[in-house]
Amino acid sequence: MKAIITVIGKDAVGILAKVSDACAKADVNIVEVTQSVLQDMFAMVMLVEIDKSNIGFDQLKENLQKVGEASKTKIHIMHEDIFNSMHKI
Amino acid sequence: MLETKDILETINMIDNENLDVRTITMGISLLDCIDEDIDKACTKVYDKICRSAKDLVKTGEAIESEYGIPIIHKRISVTPIGMVAAPCQSKKIVKFAYALDKAAKELGVNFVGGYSALVQKGFASGDYALIESIPEALSETDFVCSSVNIGSTKAGINMDAVKMMGKIVKQTAEITADRNCIGAAKLVVFCNAPEDNPFMAGAFHGVGEADTVINVGVSGPGVVRAALAKDGCGKNITEIADMVKKTAFKITRMGQLVAQEASKRLCVPFGIVDLSLAPTPAVGDSVAYILEEMGLEVCGCHGTTAALALLNDAVKKGGVMASSHVGGLSGAFIPVTEDAGMINAAKTGYLDITKLESMTAVCSVGLDMIVVPGDVTPEVISAIIADEAAIGMVNTKTTAVRLIPAIGKKAGEELNFGGLLGRGPVMPVRSGSPEVFIKRGGRIPAPLQALKN
Repeated sequence: MKAIITVIGKDAVGILAKVSDACAKADVNIVEVTQSVLQDMFAMVMLVEIDKSNIGFDQLKENLQKVGEASKTKIHIMHEDIFNSMHKI
Repeated sequence: MLETKDILETINMIDNENLDVRTITMGISLLDCIDEDIDKACTKVYDKICRSAKDLVKTGEAIESEYGIPIIHKRISVTPIGMVAAPCQSKKIVKFAYALDKAAKELGVNFVGGYSALVQKGFASGDYALIESIPEALSETDFVCSSVNIGSTKAGINMDAVKMMGKIVKQTAEITADRNCIGAAKLVVFCNAPEDNPFMAGAFHGVGEADTVINVGVSGPGVVRAALAKDGCGKNITEIADMVKKTAFKITRMGQLVAQEASKRLCVPFGIVDLSLAPTPAVGDSVAYILEEMGLEVCGCHGTTAALALLNDAVKKGGVMASSHVGGLSGAFIPVTEDAGMINAAKTGYLDITKLESMTAVCSVGLDMIVVPGDVTPEVISAIIADEAAIGMVNTKTTAVRLIPAIGKKAGEELNFGGLLGRGPVMPVRSGSPEVFIKRGGRIPAPLQALKN
């Protein structure tokens, strides 16, 4: 299954690295990354493949949220179908 | 890949605009639990519910986590107990309510609907005893909800049942007076009750339904209001209707996804998505605020019925294409105590029971969660039920009455339930007695609209 990780918050050094690190440790493959910085607001969207993840979805979610708390950003991980169903016919 | 702005829009809807799936409701048929021995029947009811819905809460929570969408309630609706109880010789019908409540507690669901009777044309065996037991059932249990269908476009209105329900609503409030009359908030009187409604307190599992079924109720008044606030300035009404439709489409797609996923994981057929705008007392999650965003100074002023008609219609048009099966109540709800904008409008006197009555002709349900003075007579409650049922019968739509007589309180005071049931001012009812009219009994004949064949 593919999921989407979003990171929203104030731009700071190393956010991308920290999120990627959390994914790598969990054997979560990053398929695609887009990011935009508007003034100092940072929004990153990652498409990830989580079928081979070595931890459960809830644990991965918790790990990412800890990264978010430490870097003062808001991190979500959600199944990609929620976005596909809402925005694609 | 998806566009970043679309992804961020969805996240913003969930985080800041109270977007949620209001309920996943599993409908369970109890027709195979019927037994002459009430104790055996109750055991069968408890066992079947626990067996059929054992994974409901767990599955709901898993979907909630993976998809990141809050699913507020996991609930159960069952075959109207009036039918299940029909062959039982015992007068102690309330035993079924205990069985339902015990099953709800075992499974961790927060309501079970279906302590119900369908008496639009007359009372069958079991119905009368069930209705008489409603006050005790709702007082003695925590999670059981009750509904009674007293009219339909096809059958007319059973005025004997209307007369009876006035007393039952009052008794239910009285018997739970020490708990803010909460019993009456779990009791709905319907005309044209839908058989696949996932929302409480009126959910029950119709006899034409499959053995078990998954129905999902969506929500999202906050999202609609935010869309209008963001882009609605200077737009004409046609454009406003289009904006509501587009937003309703997105909300419903999410409901459809959750419904399909829950149905797949639980191996239970998908029934319907109920396209409803269901408000909560949370600030920003209000249907009244949508109407005010359209340009009304306050909900309840002249123009409110037109704005609500537009909203109700646009929600259905936007939602119907987003789901393979639409049903239930589908439309905008106007429960007064559960809607911050309605509470405010009622408190300041802009919204009264007569304006609400006219609004129910164009919204999805009826006079919902309205607190009335504790000294209101059963006949007046019956007359309010009759008025509302007449609107439903003639307009071929569902209408419902959920009144809470606030025992010991007068107009202007407040009743506070807390939680999603909210709080509300005691609203005055009209003076003049309908007693002789109500006491006549009999049936209001079905209108010409019924003769469609």
